Amino acid sequence: MKFASEFRDPAAARALLSAIARKADEIGATRANPVHIMEICGGHTHSIFRYGLDKLIHEGVEFIHGPGCPVCVLPMARVDECVEIAETPGVIFTTFGDAMRVPGHRKSLLQAKSGGADIRMVYSPLDALELARRNPGREVVFFGLGFETTTPSTALSIQAAAREGLNNFSVFCNHITVPEPIRALLGDPDMMLDGFIGPGHVSMVIGIHPYDFIARDFGKPIVVAGFEPTDLLQSVLMVLTQVAEGRAAVENQYARVVPEHGNPVSLAAIADVYEARPSFEWRGLGEIDASGLRIRPRYAAFDAEEKFGIGYATGRRNVPEVEGCACGAVMIGKLKPTQCPQFGNGCTPEMPLGALMVSSEGACAAYWQYAGAREAMA
Amino acid sequence: MCLGIPGKITAITDAARLMAMADVSGVRREVNVACITGDDPSALIGQWALIHVGFAMSLIDEDEAAKTLEALRDLGEAQETLNQMAASDKALAAGVET
Repeated sequence: MKFASEFRDPAAARALLSAIARKADEIGATRANPVHIMEICGGHTHSIFRYGLDKLIHEGVEFIHGPGCPVCVLPMARVDECVEIAETPGVIFTTFGDAMRVPGHRKSLLQAKSGGADIRMVYSPLDALELARRNPGREVVFFGLGFETTTPSTALSIQAAAREGLNNFSVFCNHITVPEPIRALLGDPDMMLDGFIGPGHVSMVIGIHPYDFIARDFGKPIVVAGFEPTDLLQSVLMVLTQVAEGRAAVENQYARVVPEHGNPVSLAAIADVYEARPSFEWRGLGEIDASGLRIRPRYAAFDAEEKFGIGYATGRRNVPEVEGCACGAVMIGKLKPTQCPQFGNGCTPEMPLGALMVSSEGACAAYWQYAGAREAMA
Repeated sequence: MCLGIPGKITAITDAARLMAMADVSGVRREVNVACITGDDPSALIGQWALIHVGFAMSLIDEDEAAKTLEALRDLGEAQETLNQMAASDKALAAGVET
């Protein structure tokens, strides 16, 4: 096992793994009857696979990979809409690189770009703003994608555009929120989750109280975690300790970065610019109440949905996913990535069929990327 | 896109827009500091911050910055972010109409 060389602090990791094993035995967790812990954030999923934590940990602890990978939960209809906007004459369509290869029904943004659409990968919405300043004769659209880590950045950019009177800049807002899909998962009678690892950098923005309902209303523990391997192991131990003691609380393992009440400037910008949609569509999870954001009417001049009449709000619903793609079942933990018939056959990171294979935060891409290392550990 | 990257604030470039220069793994990148600044943005110079898509979101200490950067390198995320910054510079330069 490559254990020692993989960890910066192998002694700490070993001690945590032993403590987890003792706690799992105390609870009576076994391979046949494991404790199910969902790591919500795709960054955590990546880290778990990178270090093989799911293989190193006591067999009575099973990780369920949550919906916290924004491109993975993006319905194909949204990609089609991006392509439609990007192919409108006069438009410069800007996006985070992550979204470029997500398949749409006709094509991905990358294929649309090869076909001549002016689509540009940007690191930040600030760069889309700058493009709008430099190209006054063009409409610059930014694809607002992601959870609460990226939502403040587009909110602050829209506020800046409004202050400057930049009327050729708009955001195609498809931002989503972390707490609501968790509420939906907990409400599903088939879901057998015993606790959660909460996202670190999302919580840096929103704080830890948006998760209160998980402990209060559903009686499940949640521990907000950093994404170093020892952070994750310590957080698993904290979840197991709550289970063993029959408690359910929101705890913060990552207090060195996550303030209890989040970042006040970010939260104010989000509240000023966005409001919850009554419902929003998630790939694999369907419609979830209040889980997506739209731009408030006072900023309608910067809303691409308004400017182009294209988007979720215009009414196209439930466009079917690609045949044979099991991303939906994988997303809710009903199938392991390797149980999908397309895994490694019709679907690879080079030629993805489903979104879970596109992003490094997707469970399928993580299984694929670290397959060799995992066989060596087995 | 969901993980921030540590950067060191080296200068305030536009106090009115709350923009600053940050050193991210040796790459200079202008970032917005609205979320971390107090009354005097210049007090940020020399401090470390977690930067998300061009916005400094949280002040962190130097030790945390080093550990986070190392974890990001392990995951391949550090290089990915630097690649995205480079791609963005290219996107800004391409086909500017005057």
